[in-house]
Amino acid sequence: MIAKFGSSWAEVWLLVLGVVLSSCRSSDTAKTEAEPASGTTPAAASTADVIEIGLLAPFSGPFASLGAQIEGGIKAYLDTQGGTIDGRKVELLVRDTTGVPDVAKRLAQGLIVRDQVDFLAGFALTPVAMAVAPLATEAKKPMVIMNAATSSITTKSPYVVRVSLTLPQVTAPLATWAAKNGIRNVYSLVSDYAPGADAEAQFKKTFEAAGGKVVAADKVPVNNPDFAPFVQRVKDAKPEAVFVFVPAGTQGIAFMKAAHERGLGEAGIRIIATGDLTEDQQIDPMGDAALGVVTTHHYSAAHTSPENDVFKAAFAKVAGTQLRPNFMAVGGYDGMAAIAAVVRKLGPGKIDGDRAIEAFKGLELTSPRGPLRIDAETRDVVQTVYVRKVEKRGEHYYNVEFEEYPAQKDPGK
Amino acid sequence: MASFLGIVFDGVAYGSLLFLISIGLSVTMGLMNIVNLAHGAFAMFGGYLSVWLSARGTPFLATLPICFVVLGLAGAGSERLFYRRLRRRSQLDQVLFTIGFTFAAVASATLVWGPAEQRVQLPGALRGQLQVLGVGLGAYRLFLIALVAVLSAGLVALVEKTTFGARVRASVDDEQVSAGLGIPVERVFCLTFAFGSGLAGLGGALSIDVLGLEPTFALKYLVYFLLVVAVGGAGSLAGTAVASLVLGLFDVAGKYYVPQVGAFIIYGLMIVLLLVFPAGLHGRRA
Amino acid sequence: MSSHPSSRPAVAPRGLVFGLEDRLGRIEVAFWLLPVAVFFVFPGYLVLASQVLIAGLFALSLDLILGYAGIVSLGHAAFFGVGAYVAGLLSVRGYGEPLSGLVAAAVVAGCVGFVSSFLIVGGHALTRLMVTLAVGLSLHEAANQASSVTGGTDGLSGMETSDLFGVFAFDLLGKTAYLYVLGVCLVAFCLVRRLVHSPFGLSLRGVRENERRMHAIGAPVRRRLVEVYTLAAALAGAAGALSAQTTEFVGLEALSFDRSASALVMLVLGGAGHMYGAFVGSCAFMVLQSFLADLHPAYWQFWIGCAVMLIAFFARGGILGYASAARERLARGSRGSRGAAARPGP
Repeated sequence: MIAKFGSSWAEVWLLVLGVVLSSCRSSDTAKTEAEPASGTTPAAASTADVIEIGLLAPFSGPFASLGAQIEGGIKAYLDTQGGTIDGRKVELLVRDTTGVPDVAKRLAQGLIVRDQVDFLAGFALTPVAMAVAPLATEAKKPMVIMNAATSSITTKSPYVVRVSLTLPQVTAPLATWAAKNGIRNVYSLVSDYAPGADAEAQFKKTFEAAGGKVVAADKVPVNNPDFAPFVQRVKDAKPEAVFVFVPAGTQGIAFMKAAHERGLGEAGIRIIATGDLTEDQQIDPMGDAALGVVTTHHYSAAHTSPENDVFKAAFAKVAGTQLRPNFMAVGGYDGMAAIAAVVRKLGPGKIDGDRAIEAFKGLELTSPRGPLRIDAETRDVVQTVYVRKVEKRGEHYYNVEFEEYPAQKDPGK
Repeated sequence: MASFLGIVFDGVAYGSLLFLISIGLSVTMGLMNIVNLAHGAFAMFGGYLSVWLSARGTPFLATLPICFVVLGLAGAGSERLFYRRLRRRSQLDQVLFTIGFTFAAVASATLVWGPAEQRVQLPGALRGQLQVLGVGLGAYRLFLIALVAVLSAGLVALVEKTTFGARVRASVDDEQVSAGLGIPVERVFCLTFAFGSGLAGLGGALSIDVLGLEPTFALKYLVYFLLVVAVGGAGSLAGTAVASLVLGLFDVAGKYYVPQVGAFIIYGLMIVLLLVFPAGLHGRRA
Repeated sequence: MSSHPSSRPAVAPRGLVFGLEDRLGRIEVAFWLLPVAVFFVFPGYLVLASQVLIAGLFALSLDLILGYAGIVSLGHAAFFGVGAYVAGLLSVRGYGEPLSGLVAAAVVAGCVGFVSSFLIVGGHALTRLMVTLAVGLSLHEAANQASSVTGGTDGLSGMETSDLFGVFAFDLLGKTAYLYVLGVCLVAFCLVRRLVHSPFGLSLRGVRENERRMHAIGAPVRRRLVEVYTLAAALAGAAGALSAQTTEFVGLEALSFDRSASALVMLVLGGAGHMYGAFVGSCAFMVLQSFLADLHPAYWQFWIGCAVMLIAFFARGGILGYASAARERLARGSRGSRGAAARPGP
């Protein structure tokens, strides 16, 4: 005889209620258990002895590699410090935004209200940063941007601090370099979305001010699988060089393959681009097709400095050797370093948002990328932009720096 | 003129790749009436298998038949385990199951190979360009077109000239009558599904160089495959071929001649074609 | 078996399920008390709860065309996005009043739905599916192109939702937002419920069951489809506006294929054609997703995929479909044992 609970409808609702209740309870315990093993220790509650950092980044979907890189960079820094800052433990609460702004906003609200984090960090994508900024203002929480590169993000809240880069910041020196090195006309090819439009506009502005000419400008759909027709158009116009901006990752590889197959190099057209095209994680799959491409960016894995060696070793230790650290990992590393510097400056006691932001302003770091400063007025990053060329070293390809433009600010501010 | 030839060539290459992967989906949807949104996942695993084998020293060309066979077996296995029972369920349940399968596939690919894009080592003969009629044509794309042409000829021969092909055609036209005539319909379906999955796996391996391979491949290109099947008419070989070529050509030509319109071309074309041919270009099921 | 015309059968006949009785059942009241309870029991999770309700409302609008009229759509997010952007643009330009923004969004989305309905009334299932997909993708691309208006990939920021009724401010904890969303969902649901029980609703079900026969009996099939599609679009637009107003941000992903596909998954998971299936599905899916994502930031998608596969395989018609079939089996079992003595002779 089966004992009935009245009707099976009651069973259904009990089931739903059970799922809801158990998920809420266990997710509280799951949060502390999910803490990464290296460099951090779980804490029962947020006390003044523990620094809590909420990491908001995509770990699934098309942007999964961004989250992996940023988290790797953060953990690498914590590893070099033994997991503590001035004896205080660091707890990293990792949240997958999946790249969707309202998910991110919900997670940020949870981090602020339920987990009482001291800092919000991560922000691989601009829309997520834009969506969370008002929350940071309302809750007075410092928000450390470790990757997103749109200029206007730092204006959205007085609590936003950036340690990564802005797109105009790395594009302008490229245009200057091109004009100085005898390139007089350029075809512009960018992905058809807001950052692409920004890159195109900045390049055109700087290049034409230096006496060059942008002969034509094409926009490529964002998830375009095949660059062949666009490369053909560039070839037909016969410019001296083609300026390329595509989002870091698969689009860069697709472009290089098409350029190689269509013989862009043989036609005498140089490829100049922002570092997104040949970023360290994706440069190996491009192979010989990428040789000779000139790019400008703020970080290259081939940068020679003791800090970079320490960073790369620590990254390999925490994230394995499957992933080569790229500029996003450095964003994570330096962001964490900046947070640590601020915590040291503020001393013991609960972190006050306003004092933290004041401490960030004017902060100077020697990063694996080179010298870095957070501007006191704009809270944006000021750094050296390097001009690099792709070369093969042994089995792998690298962006080798050969010229630099120090202390570059975001041109718009 | 040279660039026009180049564009046509690229369009045909792209279309051939679409055809190879979509033909399995078309047959599954037309023949077995199953909405199989997991088809992209089969193609993706074909690609990853090729990468895995290459990392162990197998030359690229040798990985192709292996991908076909392994994914074919996987298809047969899935058919027996899941799809056989899904056939009798509503289309919504099929959609739900196959989407769940795709999510799991994407996540497991991320788990095993990581989210970054994969490299493929093409043999030297397939790299670079060949000069044909004064136009530089990519060697790999030539190979792709040739291979798909040969396979299509084989498929047509299989469907038109063999007993198996006759049974497939009969089952598509009327399942009940065919069963009544003694055709082992269940086995025909299983073999056809396996074949279609095998082709998808092969197509996935071939597409690494053209479309790129990373875990979201399964979902990203699903739209294109569905498009080809819808426009061509589910269950029709000729329809799928024409649809893939048309879509491939228009996509490439559109991007060349009117890049400002860009992505709208494909969607606009899709809407127009579907309104004019509601059952697909060569639709068999009204 | 009683032959009295007004006697209700001991269990709902096959095909008719929970929520389809005209009178408000006890269980329905209990169902709507749950979200109210959540407000008091889980004050820290109100933002998640609001998003569950919004997703549920969106899935409900999809249920209107899918569960009742039988149109499978993979581009329904187009209307959600239109509603979100309308509410967003109004707010950015200074008209942050939530209720009027909501109504405006629903009206505009309804108009867009009306226009696109003519593209989908003809053709068979797969064609309709692809056309809805194409419309969705086109709108997504259009929003991307019009970045000076929509903010493009950066999204529309700078929204400020004014106080509800001029009194209740939208705070960080999400209390006002939650009650606002709950209120709107309740009103919308009552509307849909009325509709489904009306002759209009019955004719929709007729269209889903057998379109040809509906034509044969002279029912205005085309007009019905246009009407329901427009209404569903308006409802989706309302859900979009709620999302925009409570998060004070609109991104391109509001129009994306991902959002359409998740709504479809949530609806089918909960059970299409059951009205409540939309909310059951969205609750189950989002709570499960949130729980799994906390455990495994990178690999939760795998477990969700497995869970969805299991439910699709073993629970016909989603959670509510399974529940209603189970209820029927149990009732039939008890009727069988009770009726063996009472049944009249053959």
